[in-house]
Amino acid sequence: MATTAVEAPIVGVVSEKAGDKRVVRRRLGPGPRVPGTLWIGPILLLGLWCLASATGVLDPRTLSEPWVVVETAQRLIADGRLPEALATSAYRAALGLVIGVGVGLALALVSGLSRVGEALIDGPVQVKRAIPSLALMPLLILWLGIGEPMKVITIALGVLIPIYIHTHNGLRGIDSRYAELAETVSLRRGAFVRHVVLPGATPGFLLGLRFAVLNALLSLVVVEQVNATSGIGHMITLASSYGQTEIIVVGLVVYALLGLVADGIVRFTERKALAWRRTLESH
Amino acid sequence: MATHAGESLREPAVRVEGLRRSFSEAGGVLNGLDLTIARGEFVALIGRSGSGKSTLLRALAGLDRAVSGSGVAEVPDRVSVVFQDSRLLPWRRVLDNVTLGLRGSDSRERGLEALSEVGLEGRDKAWPHELSGGEQQRAALARSLVRDPQLLLADEPFGALDALTRIKMHKLLKKLYAAHNPAILLVTHDVDEAIALADRVIVLVDGVVGSDLRIDLGAKRSPGDPRFAALRAQLLAELGVVEEEVA
Repeated sequence: MATTAVEAPIVGVVSEKAGDKRVVRRRLGPGPRVPGTLWIGPILLLGLWCLASATGVLDPRTLSEPWVVVETAQRLIADGRLPEALATSAYRAALGLVIGVGVGLALALVSGLSRVGEALIDGPVQVKRAIPSLALMPLLILWLGIGEPMKVITIALGVLIPIYIHTHNGLRGIDSRYAELAETVSLRRGAFVRHVVLPGATPGFLLGLRFAVLNALLSLVVVEQVNATSGIGHMITLASSYGQTEIIVVGLVVYALLGLVADGIVRFTERKALAWRRTLESH
Repeated sequence: MATHAGESLREPAVRVEGLRRSFSEAGGVLNGLDLTIARGEFVALIGRSGSGKSTLLRALAGLDRAVSGSGVAEVPDRVSVVFQDSRLLPWRRVLDNVTLGLRGSDSRERGLEALSEVGLEGRDKAWPHELSGGEQQRAALARSLVRDPQLLLADEPFGALDALTRIKMHKLLKKLYAAHNPAILLVTHDVDEAIALADRVIVLVDGVVGSDLRIDLGAKRSPGDPRFAALRAQLLAELGVVEEEVA
């Protein structure tokens, strides 16, 4: 009886340059990082928009042409309306973000490191999590009025939840063997938090931060369209009542840029802060 | 810290009396164990799995909170532990791992010195994942020695290493022991390792000391030595293993 053929191994590439003959397995990870790839998608989308407007497929009353939007943006920058609105909005978002991150991180640490803290904090945060921050706005307006404190606190509340959830999760996911090691080298509480807890929870915290940045922008948009007299949202609301599509689009582009820049900053921080990891992301 | 011979007899590094530990009602892991380790003495602890080796080591390391029991376990002030895994914090560079928890302005110098002592000079800024398994364990040894321990507890520290790396690590541990002379309790499942390194080999059987052998083979120990082979056969027999006769 003839022997059955052995099935050939799965081979992706056979490289046969001079003096270099090798068999290379098909890569299953995403491969090495290519700089600037984050921008390819948005640029492609922009190209499509230009094409649709130039050929007339896209009615200017539906969506203004990109070049009109650019002209409008230049005009708004020249007369100072856009920079002022942007500064106001960015300040609100940043302040809410800082407060939310600080409070969320502190709550996650207390709740993660002590059973008493967990008993006191975790339940209320889970309850708050079930209520969308934006649903709290009517109450916050009653308590704080329609001024800046209401806006900043609404943003902070939206930020706090993802920071808490992901930091707490990351912290509890730290290998208990590291805590054991910390005990054998007699680390004090503070040093334990600094050397083990915070770095170990950082991947979770940074993931939470990405959600938090998005939440901050979302809350920003909503608080600015309710009773605002300044900021990008106010500019958009005003343009909407006058049917100025191009100004609305400028506002939206600014929101998008804010989001992309913020996310880019978080991702960059992630890569720098997590240089110790060997993952699919880094290789 | 020179210790007088008579004093070292009166004041042992480790004193364990009637130590009992159990994880369930059914039966104890340690059943009234007595053990004394003199200062600067190198003791190897062997036993089948489940005989209580790790439980004893954890008790001496102060890591046995979640277990019921009674008895006396006295250890010196400065105790270092080396685990089977190197247990380096992956988010701290090698030097920061070695000096973890050290206080004082000279901790960096001491850490670098310890690294060069274990043959890792120049790797102080590496991430743990950039080191090989043997190098990681060297770093773990540096971390334990930089604290100048009076007692070094090692829980199968070379168990996860390949045979060649293990031989190098044995030489390193011998060298470090000669230089620092802490009392050492080495838990191992490798009878040869125990005979090659220790002054005394203790066999743990059912949570008590089954036998306590002094190894008088001198500094140069070769597995080819007939006395080495005899000790090995004796210890294996204690563990319930009979060596096959080779014709």
